[in-house]
Amino acid sequence: MSDVSQYLVSEEPFYQAVGNEVELYEAAYSERLPVMVKGPTGCGKSRFIEYMAWKLKKPLITVACNEDMTASDLVGRYLLDANGTRWLDGPLTVAARIGAICYLDEVVEARQDTTVVIHPLTDHRRTLPLDKKGELVKAHQDFQLVISYNPGYQSLMKDLKQSTKQRFSGLNFDYASGQVEAGIIARETGCAADVATKLVKVGETARNLKGHGLDEGISTRLLVYAARLIKRGINPNQACRMALVAPITDDADITATLKHSIDAVFA
Amino acid sequence: MTLSQDELNELRTMLTCGFEQLDTAFAGCMEDAVARLSRDGVKTMLEGASLICMIGRGYEPVHVFLEEMPEIAERLGEAVIEKVSQAVWKMSRTPNGKAILPFLQTLGEAARRLGSETLFCQYIKIVFDMMESTTRSTHGFHQTIPSPGLPEMLGQMPFLLSQLSLEGLRNWIEYGAKHYLTHPERQIDYFTLQSADSKAILQRERHGTLFADNERKMGLYMRAMWQEKAAQFVPYSLGFDELRKPLPYFDELGLRVPDVFDDYEDPGIGIRVKGTDRYRAVLAHMAAHRRWTQAIFADNFSPFQRIAAEMFEDCRVDTLAMRVYPGLRHILQSLHPMPIEDGCDPTVESCVRHRLAMFSYAIMDSEYSYKNKDIIEFVKRFNEVMEAGESSTQEIAALALQFVARTRRQEDQSANVYFADTTVDYRDDNRHMWKFYELGDEEEMFDEQDKSKAEQDEKSKGLPPRHYAEWDYLGKTYRPDWVSLYESLHPQGDGAKIDAILTKHAALAKRLKQILDMLKPQQYVRVRYQEEGSELDLDVAIRSLIDFKAGTTPDTRINMSHRTDGRDIAVTLLIDLSQSVNDVPDGSSQTVLELSQEAVTLLGWAIDHLGDEFAVAGFSSNTRHEVRYQHIKGFSEDWNDTVKGRLAAMEAGYSTRMGAALRHAALTLAARKAGKKLLLILTDGEPSDIDVDDQQHLIRDTHKAVQELDQLGIYTHCISLDAKADEYVSDIFGSRYTVIDNVERLPEKLPQLFLTLTK
Ligand SMILES: Nc1ncnc2c1ncn2[C@@H]1O[C@H](COP(=O)(O)OP(=O)(O)O)[C@@H](O)[C@H]1O
Ligand SMILES: [Mg+2]
Repeated sequence: MSDVSQYLVSEEPFYQAVGNEVELYEAAYSERLPVMVKGPTGCGKSRFIEYMAWKLKKPLITVACNEDMTASDLVGRYLLDANGTRWLDGPLTVAARIGAICYLDEVVEARQDTTVVIHPLTDHRRTLPLDKKGELVKAHQDFQLVISYNPGYQSLMKDLKQSTKQRFSGLNFDYASGQVEAGIIARETGCAADVATKLVKVGETARNLKGHGLDEGISTRLLVYAARLIKRGINPNQACRMALVAPITDDADITATLKHSIDAVFA
Repeated sequence: MTLSQDELNELRTMLTCGFEQLDTAFAGCMEDAVARLSRDGVKTMLEGASLICMIGRGYEPVHVFLEEMPEIAERLGEAVIEKVSQAVWKMSRTPNGKAILPFLQTLGEAARRLGSETLFCQYIKIVFDMMESTTRSTHGFHQTIPSPGLPEMLGQMPFLLSQLSLEGLRNWIEYGAKHYLTHPERQIDYFTLQSADSKAILQRERHGTLFADNERKMGLYMRAMWQEKAAQFVPYSLGFDELRKPLPYFDELGLRVPDVFDDYEDPGIGIRVKGTDRYRAVLAHMAAHRRWTQAIFADNFSPFQRIAAEMFEDCRVDTLAMRVYPGLRHILQSLHPMPIEDGCDPTVESCVRHRLAMFSYAIMDSEYSYKNKDIIEFVKRFNEVMEAGESSTQEIAALALQFVARTRRQEDQSANVYFADTTVDYRDDNRHMWKFYELGDEEEMFDEQDKSKAEQDEKSKGLPPRHYAEWDYLGKTYRPDWVSLYESLHPQGDGAKIDAILTKHAALAKRLKQILDMLKPQQYVRVRYQEEGSELDLDVAIRSLIDFKAGTTPDTRINMSHRTDGRDIAVTLLIDLSQSVNDVPDGSSQTVLELSQEAVTLLGWAIDHLGDEFAVAGFSSNTRHEVRYQHIKGFSEDWNDTVKGRLAAMEAGYSTRMGAALRHAALTLAARKAGKKLLLILTDGEPSDIDVDDQQHLIRDTHKAVQELDQLGIYTHCISLDAKADEYVSDIFGSRYTVIDNVERLPEKLPQLFLTLTK
């Protein structure tokens, strides 16, 4: 059995609640409902789950999903050793055994035939069959499954199956509104309040262009990056160009507009 | 075709012209004209064409006129129709008949590039001035020798318009006309851009930042910084009204901005503001008015009081704008004139404007150095008011009145007004700030055209109707069998047109092909690193064995298997064929329909290349009793000449009842075996139909239809060409939509979008 303590979140992560999501999540957890957290990239989904794990004092196992991931990567596999073979639990199995919150980050990145292995864990059965090992793991009573999902990803290939979606309760996330987001940035990076406010303003101008040449606006994460660079003594205009413009666009007109916005906001 | 034979015949009687070519071309021109113009506009156009028919220059001028005018008049207003036909008539009364056709051929480009009626008329005047000065007479009293340079110059016009502002164009033309008046050959060299001085003058006049080149950037600016989602711009020229320079302003038709701005430079104090930033300053100021100014009644104000109230209000909205965007201060302050305190002598001239401009400058520059007690006091009071919040137009106007009262002098009434350094040229004329008790009813009454017509026999060609339910969001129920949908085979045209489109876009097709080749399925793919598989993968097995012998953990995934490639996609493309796609979007020279046709051609070609299953249909509607669903390509049909022929013949008319069309498309798509099912819908507007008044109704119904498709495992994605789509498109499609602002680029964007969606 794995050491549970290594999965516990020891220090309180900073998470700024935006609505009553904490309360809603607690209720879902009490009922052990699987939860899907939806929202654009970098808006605080992962941070929220980390915070909830800390608050509920439950271990957290996070899996960053990717295209090459197989079901075995989640469930576990046999390994060879000098004496023959040895079974090694995958992260999902570990979570089910020790009663952790299992967080599958960016679950759409995984192929759909991989995602189906979570199905039996998400309904009343709460079991995980390990076919190769011939074992049926019954999930620990504290176990909960959480997935994150960015609906802005416009791809037919990166969409969850209805049959998967229908197994989750959902919490919608979005970039926090002006004041709140500025508070998050200031608190997260220790930058001056007015710098944070200005960064948010730049972020808002970019978000207005979503769908008009920008696929996604500027995320909170990128605003945090910019604030960090500024704290390091980088001139705000340059910090913003580096953290907020270069990563998100190659379009000359959009670049010019964002640069102007930065100049206008950071006089 | 939306026009009946009777209607065509009636229109034909308004055109007095006997060329037999008209028999074939007339119907097409009229379709276009009726779609774009009012009834009166069409009539004026036909009268104009009759006039042009009489000038004795053959059929071609008539044809070009009929073909170009609807688009030009739609863009610039119908008043230009008569201006053009009169101009042609006038030209035909001179020896310059040869220039008439080239002249007509420049008008479409001039309209697009210049973008406003005023500039367009100034353009015609420039051409005529040139013509008149270069048409010579042999015996002194009668002009008989045509202008040598005129036809040549008109041939260069599209290029010239892309390089010069209208003022620059005029200067370039005047130079050539003046210097080579008596040298026909050298005149021709000049106007064909052959001679050295022609190029030099072009270079000299080609200065500043043309608005036409920055329109998208400014649209993005308004959207990003001021949340103005559908800003329309109407450029004007500063080069013509000598007495009063036109100022920026805005009304329902759009934001009026200069067509060119030079960089602003004041070497004395080392200031420089780029042309693009000058546009942004103008737009920021107008956007600030639109956000913060509330019109007040003008009737109780004297002219001086109005000027003062306007200046104070300008300062207020600038202050608020700079509060939001502090970086704006640098630009605005640089552009603001700095009146010299004792520049104006109050004992001999009217200093009203001078005082107000000083006040305004002092608001901009907190380190101002004016000594005037009143200025100092009022700047202080202004700032106090503003510190308390946003204030209001009303409140700041009251302060302005006090300022006027305090600083009034006898000489203010003098006709001798001091103007130097008192005009702030990024500011608009403030016409929006005033309202009047007595409103003149100047709004034009547009006669509603009733374009819907009685049923035509066409319907009978198709299948019996299918009935679909429609969602009633108010009643929260479906209205069963509410909509009747007729599916029919789209009539066929000439498939060669489609091949011609591919030739036109050969470069784009080549680029697409590179991407396609990467996506193209390899029939049989090896899947390596499998724990269980059909064969042993020797390479990996040996590596694992070595690891094992060496005592480290070997990779157990030593098998491989094969599968046929994963592109297992079925796609249906639904094309909105409602009347509005006959429009020519701003900044484009083709209709939405033509652009869609090109886009669909490229997409079809690309999908055919990939081998995905693929169907295409068009739809339109004329009330719930008649949704037309036109089959263009079925899944089982090849991308062949029949299909191309249907695509080539695509026509548009009527409205957009999207829900039923989606449900019908889903029927065949859901039945496909493919693992992924994609429904693309290409539209230029929101769902609507003439029997539905509540806009929300069809929006909600379409949304419902999208949800139904979702349940069927169909992924719906909307490609909208409507710049205002933000207001409703996400209500229907959630995040599965793409708005294409620059419709011209649709042919390029659509296939790319498809490829990213399915990559
Ligand atoms: N509500 C919030 N409270 C605290 N930090 C936040 C919040 N929202 C966003 N952040 C910041 O944004 C960054 C990105 O958030 P993250 O949770 O990684 O995004 P996501 O998982 O949605 O892509 C975090 O590292 C944190 O700095
Ligand atoms: Mg103004």
